[in-house]
Amino acid sequence: MREITYRQALNEALAEELERDPNVFLMGEEVAEYHGAYKVSQGLLERFGPRRIIDTPISENGFAGLGVGAAMVGLRPIIEFMTFSFSLVAFDQVVNNAPNMFTMSGGQFNVPITFRGPNGPAHQLGATHSHATENFYASVPGLKVCTPATPRDAKGLLKTAVRDNNPVLVLEAELLYSSKGIVEPPDEELLIPLGKAEVKREGSDVSIICYAQTVPLALKVAAQLEEEDISAEIVDLRSIKPLDERAILDSVAKTHRVVIVEQDHPFCGVGAEVCYRIQKNIFDELDAPIFRVSQEDVPMPYNERLEKAVLPNADKLVAAVKQVCYT
Amino acid sequence: MTAMQSAEQRDEVEMLSLMLLIRRFEERASQQYQAQKIGGFCHLYIGQEAIVAGAVAAVRDDDYIITAYRDHAHALARGTSANACMAELFGKETGCSRGLGGSMHFFNRQNHMYGGHAIVGAHVPLAVGLAFSIKYRDEDRVTLCFFGDGAINQGSFHEALNLAALYKLPIVFICENNLFAMGTSVKRSTSLKQIVDRAEGYDIPGEIVDGMNFREVRDKVAEIVDSIRKEPHPAFLEVRTYRYRGHSMSDPASYRTKLELEKYRLDDPITRLRAQLTREGKLTNEQFDLLDKRSKEMVLASVKFAEASPQALIEKLHDFTYADRAKP
Repeated sequence: MREITYRQALNEALAEELERDPNVFLMGEEVAEYHGAYKVSQGLLERFGPRRIIDTPISENGFAGLGVGAAMVGLRPIIEFMTFSFSLVAFDQVVNNAPNMFTMSGGQFNVPITFRGPNGPAHQLGATHSHATENFYASVPGLKVCTPATPRDAKGLLKTAVRDNNPVLVLEAELLYSSKGIVEPPDEELLIPLGKAEVKREGSDVSIICYAQTVPLALKVAAQLEEEDISAEIVDLRSIKPLDERAILDSVAKTHRVVIVEQDHPFCGVGAEVCYRIQKNIFDELDAPIFRVSQEDVPMPYNERLEKAVLPNADKLVAAVKQVCYT
Repeated sequence: MTAMQSAEQRDEVEMLSLMLLIRRFEERASQQYQAQKIGGFCHLYIGQEAIVAGAVAAVRDDDYIITAYRDHAHALARGTSANACMAELFGKETGCSRGLGGSMHFFNRQNHMYGGHAIVGAHVPLAVGLAFSIKYRDEDRVTLCFFGDGAINQGSFHEALNLAALYKLPIVFICENNLFAMGTSVKRSTSLKQIVDRAEGYDIPGEIVDGMNFREVRDKVAEIVDSIRKEPHPAFLEVRTYRYRGHSMSDPASYRTKLELEKYRLDDPITRLRAQLTREGKLTNEQFDLLDKRSKEMVLASVKFAEASPQALIEKLHDFTYADRAKP
């Protein structure tokens, strides 16, 4: 039993993959000498040297594209975005070059690249620095998107992403970097497959489908609901794409009621896709309409009180659960 | 060709032959486009042949090349067959990108042709990535990155040049300056008097060469590549050229005068290399006619091949989205 932080778990994943495969390198703003804006790459420069831990200028499009080109000839770049809000400057590389190359070249060039960094609203960073990008990246064929919520998932998913032969986005939860969790010891290989959800808590009355920063929120709400005799099952998607449809349907077939709590915006958000798949496949299993809790459909305000009003929270989630449970 | 020719002479005749093949291929592609056998966009390289021929003649077969969307010539220059190129334009399974890429996305992994990229300037960072891999692996290859004058005002271009200079990567940025980004002349798009000055801003050595002169392009690229192999660094070439046709098939090029076009046609790169070789006694008129006849035959055969080839397969529609073929 070993408890480490989400940040340490990511650091271990990076170190282990750098150690295992000489084709792996880490590149991004402040990843080397500064040890990462969020200290995820702490100690890596000292251990692996400047050839493999590479600081860049503030040129997201440039270094994301560099990574794609290097991946075309078999290197395995890990490209860190200081936040995924900045990945928008590199949108063309992430959306137009990385995932299209395999198709456009008739299968000649796959792009084994990992884009990683914090994603989603943090705390009072304002509209430009609070983007939850999972729904728009997941809508692009050729990309894979995962959203770890625990240190264990962060380590296992990042390691898997680096070994995948396709472009994978590891969307880390900024507010969870310091959160702790149990992770296997370093001498035990920890790989968590992409596209596999995990039931983080068993329950029988309602399925709460969540990912990333909404997982600890859902777990907290589940404990609260238990006191009111509502048994909530917490399904952590872990990957947005591929989406573990089977796990979602299995849970819903058991509870017959669903709330999806997501950190992105409501319009064309992740929950919309999940919702569609549930009603399409097991409409008859549903005892109530599916509810979604997401951000409000506004650019993120700076004001703390307004920011809280925009984000999913326990009150909103409890209210949604009670609606679908008709209590 | 006779057995008496030296390697260099043979190369020049071969390169002239390549330029003829490119010219005849593009002419035939234009005709097939008008016959609606080819869809989408189609950008022709006619008039610019000496650039890719000169550059490719100056490097090794295992050096990397990458270009923008005016890419048929680069694929042919890297030994992609006329058959595979024409079949790609026809959207056929036998195409150089299995009919999934089209005119703007020609690839040839085996011969180190890394595309075929259609977003202006977006492939310049990719080229820097190829060059990065060379240095990372401590190889002595060089990357040739071709792009048009339209690319030099994109952010990705500037970011890429800065990274290449910062990391001292083995890459030659080759700007095929045909004076027009689609219909906008360089004078209306670029604040500099000459494009090569862009390189100076990144401390990258830059030179201007005459893109209508095969030998000048080849010799300059050879000199630069030689220097890069000794000590990796980026370099920039502004190659001045002219495209005889419009930007794409739908462009009548009314933004320029017939007089201007005629002026450049008189300086045709194929005519010029032919004259040089003839004057030096390395090529007879009969030999030239034979080369041209062969090119035309090869291209005609490629149309037949493309027509007879199977369409890209619907059954394989989902096979080329993810490398491991898992369908999320």
